[in-house]
Amino acid sequence: MKRKSSFLYSQKAAPFVFVLPFVLTFTIFWVYPLISAFVMSTQDIGAVTRNFIGLKNYTKLLKDSVFHTAVANSFEYMVLTCALLIPFPMLYAVLLDSNLVKAKGVWKALMYVPALTSVVISGTLFRLMFTEYRTGQMNILLALIGLPAFKWLKVKWTSEIALLVLCCWRWTGVNTLYFMSGLKSIDKGLYEAGSIDGANRWQLFRYITIPLLKPTTIYVLTISIYAGLSMFLESFMLWAGNDSPKNIGLTIVGYLYKRGIQKNDMGYACAVGVVLLVLAMIINFTQLIINGQFRKEEK
Amino acid sequence: MKRKLLSTLMAGVLAASMLTGCASAAATDSEAAPTSEDGEAATEAEASAEAVTTEGDPNGTHMEMWSFVEAHNTFYAKMLQKWNEQNPDRTIEITFTTYPYADMHQKLLMSLQGGEGAPDLCDVEMGQVPNIYEGLDTWLQPLDDAMAPYAADMLTSRLDAYKGSDGKQYGAPFHVGATVMYYNLAAMEEAGLSQADIDAVVTWDDWKALGKKYLDAIGNPDGKYWTSVDTGGCDWQWIAMAEYGEDWTGGFENKANVELESIKKMCQFEQDMLNEGIAEVSPDGHTDLEAGYQNILDHNIVAFPKAMWYMSRFTNYMPEEAGNWYIAKCPVFEAGQNCSVGIGGTGTVVTKQSSDAELAADFLCFAKMSPEGEQMIWEDLGFDVCNTSLWTDDAFAHDDNNQYNKFFRNYPYDVLAEIKDQIGTVMTVSISPTINEYMCNTTLNEMFEDNMSVDDALAEAQGAIELEE
Repeated sequence: MKRKSSFLYSQKAAPFVFVLPFVLTFTIFWVYPLISAFVMSTQDIGAVTRNFIGLKNYTKLLKDSVFHTAVANSFEYMVLTCALLIPFPMLYAVLLDSNLVKAKGVWKALMYVPALTSVVISGTLFRLMFTEYRTGQMNILLALIGLPAFKWLKVKWTSEIALLVLCCWRWTGVNTLYFMSGLKSIDKGLYEAGSIDGANRWQLFRYITIPLLKPTTIYVLTISIYAGLSMFLESFMLWAGNDSPKNIGLTIVGYLYKRGIQKNDMGYACAVGVVLLVLAMIINFTQLIINGQFRKEEK
Repeated sequence: MKRKLLSTLMAGVLAASMLTGCASAAATDSEAAPTSEDGEAATEAEASAEAVTTEGDPNGTHMEMWSFVEAHNTFYAKMLQKWNEQNPDRTIEITFTTYPYADMHQKLLMSLQGGEGAPDLCDVEMGQVPNIYEGLDTWLQPLDDAMAPYAADMLTSRLDAYKGSDGKQYGAPFHVGATVMYYNLAAMEEAGLSQADIDAVVTWDDWKALGKKYLDAIGNPDGKYWTSVDTGGCDWQWIAMAEYGEDWTGGFENKANVELESIKKMCQFEQDMLNEGIAEVSPDGHTDLEAGYQNILDHNIVAFPKAMWYMSRFTNYMPEEAGNWYIAKCPVFEAGQNCSVGIGGTGTVVTKQSSDAELAADFLCFAKMSPEGEQMIWEDLGFDVCNTSLWTDDAFAHDDNNQYNKFFRNYPYDVLAEIKDQIGTVMTVSISPTINEYMCNTTLNEMFEDNMSVDDALAEAQGAIELEE
């Protein structure tokens, strides 16, 4: 009993006990799968057999044009979502933080609601909205301005629009909330000092808000890069499956699912997964280094 | 003491919240619906939440059974009750679990590869058959002995689709999925045509001529067509292959070949209809999606080929069409050919890991192949059953209380009985997903949306598929 209580009240053990759940889940659900994915990506995995084939899966990837399409699609989607989902939410956050907007709570709640809906449901609704049939909302809008129905999800650029609308609808509210919490931490005295020095609204925003929001911006950018590269369900729901005309909706994860689950080629799918990880890492580390996240705090 | 209790409680809450966090994350990941060879499973597999029930005799042999459709498990539970009544010395208790589509097949595959954790019985969707059947009799129990009492009445072409590469039967089917031609007879009658005109159709050329006649009769208005061709599904190509007795997968022995005579003929036929304004491209790719239902409801198309299970789409999504539609056999290219092919389905398996594989196989065959089981499949699940002896059984096939018999102008089973010996098979093997994917993503779009020549598009597809073999 005594030993037990000394453990429970031990100040040395306490921190370890508190981080243990995280360390355990991290090891079991992240580190272990990561290592086995690397190992599996060097194997040819059959029904009953497993053979080591070295880097053959990777050399096959280099020649696989469908994979290249998937990478290009994911990359494009990632760049476009970052370009839309950082400036606009920042603007909305500033607006919501200012005195121009009434009933702030209502706006915040309204903007956040889309994030709570299931992608399966919202993706299906967007599929129906963007259907090529004349009853789709988008084609009804076109009809109002006298244009014929359009095959939205069969053309590359319009399907890209559909994906971006879905993504922005879903994530604008969440990013706005991140930026609002960032704004809360900015000392109001700085704005007062700025305006006493004669700065106009734009200058206050440009020289106080944006630099001080940098940590939040970097965080949002980092998760947006990851989310953009790993997008799958949105495209899966929009085309009611993993197959889209000429693969205009295929993403890296979609390709991984196709290889791993639909064609049961786990080794090759793991190679796809490893490439995705490496890509996401390279982009994010570059971005973090450029933004100076690894520099030591200057005293 | 109190503080200790509190801290323990807190730690417990922390751990619990973490675990639920994991669980909910897993649930959203697996919400994705499946893609399958055909549209059927996509809606069939919308079982979202996991449901677990235990049914049967607690003193009997205990078994596990998985499915990706809850209605299937409900059906098996009812059949289990009948089995236990008829076999008091061989009673069974089964725990049924319904998983989402991708989860279930993945779990099954992992447990078969690992050699433990597999259920006794499991549903396998047609698109996943090549993956699961790959382990042959090291993984699965052959059903040949268990189905012997019923085999004589079963449609062999359908059983063949669930055979392994060693020729043994590994799966038990729910339905034939026979393709037939659906006609909007009400709309045709308004245009002055009759059922006799439909019955007179033998070849695809006759069928196209009838379409022209219909369009001329209604004055060729914009937006109205005879039929719609698919860019997101290969049903038309499957029918053509069955007619010529060809198979683009090459079966278990040969290489895949999409440049077949049947495929070329059918694609050319479809492209010609498009260019002549007799057909349109199915909105959103095929007729088994919302836009396709709306197109049918708006009477923009009045004839299209689809599997028998499409009847349930009419009753579920287009109830207003009751009494309008007539079912007939599909046309052929040359008189005397097969006119139908089985599409889609579920091949239920018994695993070698089962506590009593023979008993499980006997029960499975009883549930899915006996006349009692088939009766329930038709009534509860609405599938065209594989037991051909029932097709001509008046009480079964002509039951006027049945929703499908009420909905359509004629009895669906009369059509089946007529084409009984003309139903072909296209195999589903490991190259099938690749062929299907390339056709639906690229080839069909090139031919029907971009008007690329059939020969060029198929040659390109063949090149891409060969790279994958």
